[in-house]
Amino acid sequence: MTDKNAQAEEFVLRLDGISKRFGALTANSGISLGLRRGEVIALLGENGAGKTTLMNILFGHYVADEGTVEVFGEPLPPGNPRAALAAGVGMVHQHFTLADNLSVIDNITLGTESLWSRGNGRAAARARIKALSRDFGLAVHPDARVGSLSVGERQRVEILKALYRDARILILDEPTAVLTPQETDALFDTLRRAIAAGLSIIFISHKLHEVIAIADRCIVLRHGKVVGEVDTHSTDRAKLASMMVGGEIALPEAEARAPGPALLRLNHVSTRAKGTATGLRQVTLDLCSGQIIGLAGVSGNGQAALADLVSGLVRPDQGSIEIGGRQPIVWSPREALRHRIARIPEDRHKTGTISDFNLTENAVLEGYSCPPFSRRGWMNWRAAESFAKDIIAKYDVRCQGPAQRIRLLSGGNMQKLILGRVLEPTPKIILANQPVRGLDVGAIAYVHSRLIAARDAGAAVLLISEDLDEIQSLSDVIHVMSEGRLSPGFARGSMTAAELGLWMAGQGFEGGEDAA
Amino acid sequence: MTDLIDILISASFWAAVIRIASPLILATMGELICERAGILNLGIEGIMVVGAFTGWLAVYQGMPLWGGVAVAMAAGMLFGLLHATLTIPFGLSQHVVGLGVTLLATSTSSFAYRLALPEVTSPPKIVPFQPLDVPVFSDIPFLGEVLFTQTAFTWFAFTVAVLVSLVLFRTPLGLAIRAAGENPSAVEAQGLSVTGLRMGAVIVGSGLMAMGGAFLTLSAFSSFFFEMVNGRGWICVALVVFGAWMPGKAALGAILFAAFDALQIRLQQTPLGADLPYQVFLMAPYVLSILALILMSRRAEVPAALMTAYNKGER
Repeated sequence: MTDKNAQAEEFVLRLDGISKRFGALTANSGISLGLRRGEVIALLGENGAGKTTLMNILFGHYVADEGTVEVFGEPLPPGNPRAALAAGVGMVHQHFTLADNLSVIDNITLGTESLWSRGNGRAAARARIKALSRDFGLAVHPDARVGSLSVGERQRVEILKALYRDARILILDEPTAVLTPQETDALFDTLRRAIAAGLSIIFISHKLHEVIAIADRCIVLRHGKVVGEVDTHSTDRAKLASMMVGGEIALPEAEARAPGPALLRLNHVSTRAKGTATGLRQVTLDLCSGQIIGLAGVSGNGQAALADLVSGLVRPDQGSIEIGGRQPIVWSPREALRHRIARIPEDRHKTGTISDFNLTENAVLEGYSCPPFSRRGWMNWRAAESFAKDIIAKYDVRCQGPAQRIRLLSGGNMQKLILGRVLEPTPKIILANQPVRGLDVGAIAYVHSRLIAARDAGAAVLLISEDLDEIQSLSDVIHVMSEGRLSPGFARGSMTAAELGLWMAGQGFEGGEDAA
Repeated sequence: MTDLIDILISASFWAAVIRIASPLILATMGELICERAGILNLGIEGIMVVGAFTGWLAVYQGMPLWGGVAVAMAAGMLFGLLHATLTIPFGLSQHVVGLGVTLLATSTSSFAYRLALPEVTSPPKIVPFQPLDVPVFSDIPFLGEVLFTQTAFTWFAFTVAVLVSLVLFRTPLGLAIRAAGENPSAVEAQGLSVTGLRMGAVIVGSGLMAMGGAFLTLSAFSSFFFEMVNGRGWICVALVVFGAWMPGKAALGAILFAAFDALQIRLQQTPLGADLPYQVFLMAPYVLSILALILMSRRAEVPAALMTAYNKGER
């Protein structure tokens, strides 16, 4: 046997010198790595470090500017997902690539048979899917409509898609971001079975404890480059974190404080479900001055309804709202603003900003109709611009100036502008919905420290997040939402992640279905 | 009232319904394929004009009738290719491109008609498809007259509807087309080409639309005039919604519309027609269609990725 064959046996996958640029941004720069048979490697890095780009190149969604990919010793043609699939590469995307209106079986068999054939019938496909489900612990009904499945079930469908095609290499892009701790454990069980069956796995994450739990080897990316490679059995979270960030970052500490009076009370509030969004079921909640109230839960369990309710977009169908000690006559967004409720929206691109507006216009999106920004129906752009300049200086928004269009800003800088817009008028209640999603560690620390400062100044902060670590490190009181129900409040440090996970999965709630 | 019942139980009325429905069914199937793949094809009205014109011209110049149908289909596919190229790889607005294709196709047809026949004042006639007299069956009372005196082109139109349904729901190709209209990323991730599927669907769909147009000149009427399509294309766009993007339901919708249309023509000749302005009757099928559309389409599931362009490798 020649040298080359020996190497091919060792590595099932090799990336060599991969570089990719998007305009001025270098997403990947000269990345090389190898994956052995039966091995799990973790790609660790912050948001924007280039992990997803790298995997999209491997899978053929993007074409690399430089570098080559070899699978089982054969070079993989660039930009061709079909070739990647045929070579045995299966990818579980972060944003699932499933068609909601089609059934599980349709989603799995899509593209597996020649388009010009009559097809082999569904019976055989169904039997195969059931066998795979059993072997790998991926329970899901083959005939269910994907749109009716939970997030965890959808992920199982994504994994089944790869297994159905006999994938030998499985790439999972941030697979645990949307799962409860228990679902994560089930996923890891599936992955261990896959390894036992001879598959190799690339696991992308920025959660350190998961990387240590599942991976054999960890490759750390920063700014598109490999900055380190470590054996996960001989490292710890602190070391990985400093490699990932490139230095120590002081994480803000929130010290417990005694809560002030309740600013907003919800008494047994129920709201109707809106389309696929869950409504609220008998939610009772106090938002007290000087407190961060953390709301944990898998997304889609009523957090959106609660956020809409607090910001005035939705009125309670049953129960009542009490604000400043009395019930508002008409509960509306205008009324909410009048009571100085500010919100950091969940999706800063879609609802938080208007991409084609400049920074000044975006800075006054909420206050534009009040003095000093407008008087007698006319905008006062000078006041608006000086407000924007204030925010830019105080919140360190890196930009060309207030006239720049906001779409050109990075996520972190966009969030800083929103933060300034929200916090500058010193609100009484702050609704922070996923305030750090997609931000890097530095920006996260900044946003968190600002929220803590606002709390210390007497505001009530309602923090909604899918990230349990974030909830646990910041919140004075933690509530869990599941199917529109709200758990009792748990004091800081009184619950472990696993205990919260059980609540997230719907255990512990009284009354069950009848509570509605 | 008795007039109405007399009309509804007459075989000639139902034979007319089937005849009027045929071009609508062909064009509706064409639009349905496009929309199932995620592309709204508003070129339909113009493409039907092109089909009506080219099919008629080919037969007028001496080609056999089916040759005319083939020419119409090819011409429709050409305009489909234009629409597909602009909306799919270039990702331009499907509304603007569709209306543009309609304007271009309509005016190109009238221009070509003037070029081909500069000195004709009244539209020349061709010999259209003749009713197929199926022995034995055509002697069945009522049903024989309704079903077995239709032209081969009508049979073809109904066969197309069945075929479209089978392909969309019973084959891997149909699954891939539907998935392209539901979530293009899912199609891409399974190694198929979204661009290829969508372009194919739009081109084939446009071919069907043009055949629907050709039905008007080659089977319904025997000459070509400019206003003959007369909004039928837009009706087909509505019929796709009415049918909730299901071929069977959409074909039923076409038959329903055809029934309203056949009914209003006949009602005009009753005593009622003497009392009411004839415009009321002309309007009736459209008003009734809008009502039916409102009732039927409230729970329809739109293809999730309809009218969203897909660009591979974009972030």
